[in-house]
Amino acid sequence: MSASSAFSDEKGGSASEPEYGHDPASGGIFSSDYKRHDDLKEMLDSNKDSLKLEAMKRIVAMIARGKNASDLFPAVVKNVACKNIEVKKLVYVYLVRYAEEQQDLALLSISTFQRGLKDPNQLIRASALRVLSSIRVTIIVPIMMLAIKEAASDMSPYVRKTAAHAIPKLHSLDPEQKDQLIEVIEKLLADKTTLVAGSVVMAFEEVCPDRIDLIHKNYRKLCNLLIDVEEWGQVVIINMLTRYARTQFLNPNVNESLLEESSEKAFYASDDEEDEDKKAEVTTLEKRKPYVMDPDHRLLLRNTKPLLQSRNAAVVMAVAQLYFHLAPKAEVGIIAKALGMFEPYLKSFYIRSTDPTQIKILKLEVLTNLANEANISTILREFQTYIKSMDKDFVAASIQAIGRCATNIGEVRDTCLNGLVQLLSNRDELVVAESVVVIKKLLQMQPEQHSDIIKHMAKLIDNIQVPMARASILWLIGEYCEHVPKIAPDVLRKMAKSFTNEEDIVKLQIINLAAKLYLTNSKQTKLLTQYVLNLAKYDQNYDIRDRARFIRQLIVPTDKSGALNKYAKKLFLALKPAPVLESPFKDRDHFQLGSLSHLLNAKAAGYQELPDWPESAPDPSVRNVEVKDSIPDWSKCSSRKDRKEKKVEKPFYSDSEGESGPTESADSGNCGESSASGSDESGSGSESEESREETESEEEEEDEEEEKKKRKKLDKTKAKKQAEESAERCAIHTIHQIRTIAPSGSIKMYELLHRITGEGLAVEYCFSRQPFSPDPNMVAVQIQFTNNTNSETKNLHIEDPRLQSGMRIREFAEIGLQPTGESVTVVMGIDFCDSTQAANFQLCTHTRKFFVSIQPPVGELMTPTFLTENNFKKEQGKLMGMNEILEKLTLGEKCVNEHVIVERVTATANLSRVPCGSDKECRFAGKTVSSGCLVLVTVTTKEGGGAQLTVNCEKMVIGTMLVKDILQALSQ
Amino acid sequence: MIHSLFLISNAGDLFLEKHWKSVISRSVCDYFFEAREKAVEPDNVPPVIRTPHHYLINIYREKIFFVSVIQTEVPPLFVIEFLHRVAETFQDYFGECSETTIKDNVVIVYELLEEMLDNGFPLATESNILKELIRPPTILRSMVNTITGSSNVGETLPTGQLSTIPWRRAGVKYTSNEAYFDVVEEIDAILDKSGTAVFAEIQGVIDACVKLSGMPDLTLSFMNPRLLDDVSFHPCVRYKRWESERVISFIPPDGNFQLMSYHISAQNLVAIPVYVKQNISFFETGSSGRLDITVGPKQTMGKTLECLVVTVHMPKVVLSANLSATQGTYNYDPVTKILVWDIGKLNPQKLPNLKGSLSLQSGAPKPEENPSLNIDLKIQQLAISGLKVNRLDVYGEKYKPFKGVKYVTKAGKFQVRT
Repeated sequence: MSASSAFSDEKGGSASEPEYGHDPASGGIFSSDYKRHDDLKEMLDSNKDSLKLEAMKRIVAMIARGKNASDLFPAVVKNVACKNIEVKKLVYVYLVRYAEEQQDLALLSISTFQRGLKDPNQLIRASALRVLSSIRVTIIVPIMMLAIKEAASDMSPYVRKTAAHAIPKLHSLDPEQKDQLIEVIEKLLADKTTLVAGSVVMAFEEVCPDRIDLIHKNYRKLCNLLIDVEEWGQVVIINMLTRYARTQFLNPNVNESLLEESSEKAFYASDDEEDEDKKAEVTTLEKRKPYVMDPDHRLLLRNTKPLLQSRNAAVVMAVAQLYFHLAPKAEVGIIAKALGMFEPYLKSFYIRSTDPTQIKILKLEVLTNLANEANISTILREFQTYIKSMDKDFVAASIQAIGRCATNIGEVRDTCLNGLVQLLSNRDELVVAESVVVIKKLLQMQPEQHSDIIKHMAKLIDNIQVPMARASILWLIGEYCEHVPKIAPDVLRKMAKSFTNEEDIVKLQIINLAAKLYLTNSKQTKLLTQYVLNLAKYDQNYDIRDRARFIRQLIVPTDKSGALNKYAKKLFLALKPAPVLESPFKDRDHFQLGSLSHLLNAKAAGYQELPDWPESAPDPSVRNVEVKDSIPDWSKCSSRKDRKEKKVEKPFYSDSEGESGPTESADSGNCGESSASGSDESGSGSESEESREETESEEEEEDEEEEKKKRKKLDKTKAKKQAEESAERCAIHTIHQIRTIAPSGSIKMYELLHRITGEGLAVEYCFSRQPFSPDPNMVAVQIQFTNNTNSETKNLHIEDPRLQSGMRIREFAEIGLQPTGESVTVVMGIDFCDSTQAANFQLCTHTRKFFVSIQPPVGELMTPTFLTENNFKKEQGKLMGMNEILEKLTLGEKCVNEHVIVERVTATANLSRVPCGSDKECRFAGKTVSSGCLVLVTVTTKEGGGAQLTVNCEKMVIGTMLVKDILQALSQ
Repeated sequence: MIHSLFLISNAGDLFLEKHWKSVISRSVCDYFFEAREKAVEPDNVPPVIRTPHHYLINIYREKIFFVSVIQTEVPPLFVIEFLHRVAETFQDYFGECSETTIKDNVVIVYELLEEMLDNGFPLATESNILKELIRPPTILRSMVNTITGSSNVGETLPTGQLSTIPWRRAGVKYTSNEAYFDVVEEIDAILDKSGTAVFAEIQGVIDACVKLSGMPDLTLSFMNPRLLDDVSFHPCVRYKRWESERVISFIPPDGNFQLMSYHISAQNLVAIPVYVKQNISFFETGSSGRLDITVGPKQTMGKTLECLVVTVHMPKVVLSANLSATQGTYNYDPVTKILVWDIGKLNPQKLPNLKGSLSLQSGAPKPEENPSLNIDLKIQQLAISGLKVNRLDVYGEKYKPFKGVKYVTKAGKFQVRT
């Protein structure tokens, strides 16, 4: 900053010295001859920056007060190119304010901004664009468009951010530009900086909120950037992603029940081997695949969660509404703590007399909704104190709340009713009136049991004056006149006496009461009714006159009376449905939570409907990011397992990167760090494996040279290593390595936790293919911990497993102590439910927690079964048609004999060989671990390296995946 | 998003307007004035007011209404948070946020508003960035500026704007490096007639004043972090370290900022430092009443209660109060019906008492309800929750800073029902 101030000093110095005698500012004060603002004009025309600045300051102060300064436009606009930056800025302020009114003059300034757009200083470029785009003059639309397009590819992210801000400005000025602007938005959406993200999503929301197709490719990036975006941008992005998720993912709650059913079936299926059952299950599976959360859906939930601790309430609210609208029901609870909702926080909603009215009403609503059998007595006691409040509107609201509690919770209805009846003797008439209205509604629910209360109410009519309450009492007596046969006619008598002095609503109810009594007890009340009707006939109010005439026709049989007469009793004394005491806040669920529309319960302009979940999920692959090499890799991915793992682990790693965002990005870029760890890893790998042969390391180098993310699989008889290197480590923030450990031959080790991520704790796992003795339906996973830290690791255990429904996990016993440099191996069991979904959980030490996931290759989901050739054929016969998959293939060069084929197949899948007479055929059999479905594999070789692979399995998903994996293994 | 902003004083004077899109006539505020009148108390003005063509979202702070005009859908909290940020920025710049200071610094206010929003969407709200763009006024600088004509406006893009730590400016240098933390806890409580707590919880904040050179990386740890239940952090705090280790790890903004706020819920037992014995009664006849209040210490952890004030909102029929206080002074305002008894420091040996009679409007029925008492107090050197800062470590810089932690407990919304 010192440089800049020196710069402005220089400017000040270089300006010519003022002649004090000519100071127009002082002249302006003393001379009354000056025309309006002439003093300011003179100051602006002077060549001294300090005078200009002073003038501009006064003008801005005028604008701030809302005074008109538009006549100064010509004098001000001249200074748009002033060298003094503060003068310039204030001129900008002025221009933006008045350009719309003085379009022609405003055009004079445009060239200055165009020059500014090319300035080497990014702040000047950005502010030139800001002002240019804020001048609402239609004629410059093409210039703006050009400027925005150019700025969108500016080197400086700040200028690009300004470009994003300019998009909605231009759009509101000229909506015709929409298509071109969408192109710019698309370009800016691809921007990788956090600075731009919030602003461009804002532009997206204002210009083309329905173009969700633009989001696909940027979805994962937005999720991962989110934590580092400034708070305002976070709100906008989260709200947009909520809508996006509603269009792209499946409802996590919709088939909850269905899911439980099917998983239960799958579980039982292992016990009873009835084929029919299984078939039925397969068909349901086919019809409706069990719900599996899209990893991208999970990514969004996971990456927004830490933002619940934001200081910005708008961000917290945005995350809360996201969980409310998108999360599985079980997870919605996490927002409760941050928001202070739900029962344990009941007392936080107790009301103080000093709370603002709107807060009181909201708290009351929350308390009412939280009320249940367990806490109702506490709540009612609390409500009782509110009834004594000096704020009478609040008292009325409290009484209504009591009424609602009473309707919702049957057990306390009588208690509430008694409490309300006590309120009838309250000194304040408003309180009494409100109570009467609520009691009326409550009594309507079970009138038989409460004739004494009705009697009590009848007595009240002598004292209570509030018309609404009187009307309510009269209605009640009329409606339940049979419960108070003696009192009712007497009340009518009193009312007939006071009829002329009553309010209109009361009069109407008197007529009503008279009619009902006439119908039920005409002997006693005939004359009274006639009298009342006669009074009404001459009433001033035409409603009352009409009503009287109408009722007379209906109830008093005359010659002329129509057919309705005989139904009069049914008409008047029909059983009326009890009213529902409703929350004043109901009926707004269809609005996105936390939106203005939700608050007002009315659609505000520009509100975007929250779409319903789709019936079936749109193609998730649209979100795959086009990175070089990744597309071919996905399609001809060496094995299903690989692909799956990548897909799941990517968000996982990015997430942990994201969470530590501020930390790492503070000193070094994420990319630098992860690629550093990557090379480190491959380095350590080559050292540790001494058994490797020269040729292989060469091959690996070749690999690296090619810089291809390609899995290199070497012949197992010779090689013991597979390496996978990621070329675009930066892009996906993950390094994945799979290798086979030398001693155990065909068993592959997978990395669970890299020693760098694990801060010295390295964890690998393999599928040991041993039966897991505590539970035969579980796959045994052998986990090896290596402690590379300088200190002991304690209390290694698993926490917080996140499993797909039906999946189960049996944790290994906690490892109490692991000394430095030592390795420990444990075995845990996982029931994957015969799916390749990952089991996610946290690996905890005494100090840290790591999110990890284990995902099985399909071949590890089965266990060998011994079958004779005949049995094999018999079983195969049962699994024809849809359950059989045939695939032709060309055997790889090295698959020269039967031996190699057997080795390849058994390495891919945990199957056992079935004896076979023909030397052209190899057969394998196994059962899935979880449900015990048979898996039969046949490989028939033909002349010239051709072969046919047959897989029979009633679990078709498993069959298909297995075919792919075996094909892959055999064609190498 | 935010179309325009109007600042309106409590007296109803509209003293500043700023528009970020085309100009909206200030007559739109008539709807606000209408609501303001209806609400009686300024706090009761609904935060969102609907007009035929606009929505007015407002906050009331420091006796000023910040009224923003909205035309399209926007999360109301977004606007409310932003308006609070505006008020905080003014406070940060001018020492206080009041009608006078805003009027005195109207040009800087305007420049700030210009930078904080672009087309109604927040652009720069971080204090460190704003201060590089627009320097806060100081007496010395305004003198120098008047003479030299140099300006308050920065000419280059603030470094923070492009970095991943926008809250800190680069090249900070201090001769003496200091870091101070204030742990401020407020007790929100409702006591019932008998003095038992119906509800009590603690709202805490840790305010920091960090003046450290360079790019220090700080770690603040607590003796008992498990106490903290519901926390929210300044964006500089690393969520992950808190999740895993329960330490606050951050690169601080330069200057004053709120590091975190926390909430200790009603589930934990909250110590109530004060008890109130009160007897307020109104007689059926004679248009009078009696008042007798005694305040004493309860769980004060051996500390002294200071700045003790009891405020009573009397019913409308109370015309005057004729009381005598054994300590401190009392004042009854017959217009607002507020009785304030300023006690000061509490002497546990001789408990302060306020006693006397109230005279009521003759003929009016006696009030239904007794007024509740609001208590204000302060305890120095104590965080009532027992929270203790363990240590502060500085990484990334070589110097040894001067460090300090201050604790203070206050009454928040502390109400005694009668």
